[in-house]
Amino acid sequence: MDRDHAHLLLGEMLRIRRFEEKAAELYSLGKIRGFLHLYIGEEAVAVGAMQALRPEDAIVSTYREHGHALARGIPAGVLLAELFGKASGCSRGHGGSMHFFDASRRFYGGYAIVAGGLPIATGLALAEKMQGRPGVVACFFGDGAVDEGEFSESLNLAALWKLPVAFVCENNLYAMGTALDRHQAQTDIRLKAEHHGMPAQAVDGMDVLAVEDAMRATVEAVRREGTPRFLEARTYRFRAHSMADPELYRTKEEVERWKERDPIATLAARLREQGLLTDAELAAAAAAAEAEITEAVAFAEAGPWEPVEDLTKDVATP
Amino acid sequence: VTTTTYREAIRSALREALRSDPRVFLMGEDVGRYGGAFAVSRGLLEEFGPERVRDTPLSESTFVGAGIGAALGGMRPIVEVMTINFSLLALDQIVNHAAAIRHMSGGQLSVPLVVRMATGGGRGLAAQHSHSLENWYAHIPGIKVLAPAIVTDAHGMLLAALQDPDPVFLFEHATLYPMEGDLDAEAPLDIRHAAVRREGTGVTLVTYGGSLGKALAAAERLAADGVSAEVVDLRVLRPLDTATVLASVAKTHRAVVIDEAWRTGSLAAEVSAQIMEGAFYELDRPVARVCSAEVPMPYARHLEEAALPAVDTIVATARGMLGGDG
Repeated sequence: MDRDHAHLLLGEMLRIRRFEEKAAELYSLGKIRGFLHLYIGEEAVAVGAMQALRPEDAIVSTYREHGHALARGIPAGVLLAELFGKASGCSRGHGGSMHFFDASRRFYGGYAIVAGGLPIATGLALAEKMQGRPGVVACFFGDGAVDEGEFSESLNLAALWKLPVAFVCENNLYAMGTALDRHQAQTDIRLKAEHHGMPAQAVDGMDVLAVEDAMRATVEAVRREGTPRFLEARTYRFRAHSMADPELYRTKEEVERWKERDPIATLAARLREQGLLTDAELAAAAAAAEAEITEAVAFAEAGPWEPVEDLTKDVATP
Repeated sequence: VTTTTYREAIRSALREALRSDPRVFLMGEDVGRYGGAFAVSRGLLEEFGPERVRDTPLSESTFVGAGIGAALGGMRPIVEVMTINFSLLALDQIVNHAAAIRHMSGGQLSVPLVVRMATGGGRGLAAQHSHSLENWYAHIPGIKVLAPAIVTDAHGMLLAALQDPDPVFLFEHATLYPMEGDLDAEAPLDIRHAAVRREGTGVTLVTYGGSLGKALAAAERLAADGVSAEVVDLRVLRPLDTATVLASVAKTHRAVVIDEAWRTGSLAAEVSAQIMEGAFYELDRPVARVCSAEVPMPYARHLEEAALPAVDTIVATARGMLGGDG
């Protein structure tokens, strides 16, 4: 294992974790409004997957996209400013938590209609193919999206037209509050992708190294063959679905069991075991994440509000 | 200026666009080998090949959404949805995505997507192929809604739509496809203004799409009775060219809005409200509406004819407004 790379993965997960904890705190203080869907527990998926992507690749995500945005390199301050509703936010305060966009990084959005991003990712891949560009489109969605017609439709279209999409299902076992076996007759999601004629793989989504390996294999195959692939990352969210969720549908014991597999703690333990991480290095990584988020909060606080006169300015292209 | 059909005018615009811009492609159900459900795209697959004329699976939501993605990725997709009733399967992509992305992204992304579909009744196709739901689309900020009613517009409005940086929806009344008319291929491209199709002084008939022919026929009959009707073709249903409507009403002081949609919550209601807000003191009579009966479209000919706006009804409604000075 490459020590520096392992440290990078750890640092990325730590900054996502700290960002989310801070967001929850700021939500409680009333600085953030609306819905807030936290990624805590699932960090290994975004961080592992993003390692396989290049700047020319495109990303489509969901309303639980803070981790993807951070791992893609959108500055934390710009994202927090978006949560504050500031004009300095990544979507000028028009989108909020569920709708992060950054055209310069080919981050084509968080979409809050479950499975709504799959057709768009498929179309982006069509554009790559028709223009002879090398980009792969990484499309993230949850297990709830599997219920939607657009899931089957998009997998079919991408396979039929041989489009370069890496479909990444973040299976956190709950579609909001409905457990996977209560919304799917076939709970092995990977089989559904195979049914649509594309190779599919499942991976332990709590293990960042495993996710990275699986995503590299997935994306390399998409790039090489120009055809879609499917990766199911089996993961778990430690926090409620959103800040409004009283979590009546799962037990504390279940959550605690999954927390024993915390992707950050398990990676740190593994690195320590192998002599690749000292306590001081871990503390330094945590402090770096803390410093970054503190600075991000200051950036968000200082940002300007969109003038109300510009309320409808971005409805149409000038 | 040549004489051709509405269908051929659209096809010729498609051909011009496919020839002149490599980013343009057409996709939809049966647009390729079949030649289009209404034969609009016949011959285009042979001319441009399967990369640029793409038959899709029967997945309206996904091929409209793929159009959005392709537009974001630098292409200029033209998506054909077979009929307006089928487009309801794609409403999520249209309303929640295509229309919202520009604003939701803080102005970073535009979606230069063109969607065409057949609309309207009169063909014995009953309650799942015959409705006029243009008004639902005209309700949505972030998209433009066009209803070409004449041959030149069938051609020019499609080309203009392709030059627009935002999503544009074209509604083609299915009874118009075989209609012959003059095609002025040099006419300036315009998707901003309504058009006065017949000048008059006594009453304004405001309409669009498949009802234009009925309004013009009604105007002809009214003229025989000595009533001078002006006919305004809205052409653009969003954003509405209210100024042209108000200017006409200021001249005639009476307005009948003819709209093949159901009356409740219709575009006719919107036009009526705009006239009330903008020309209330010009009116000699309340604005009248001629719309479809509030019933899922029936199959039997006599029932369907009774449900749709009819020339007789337009004439009678206009006449009813003309007694006395108000």
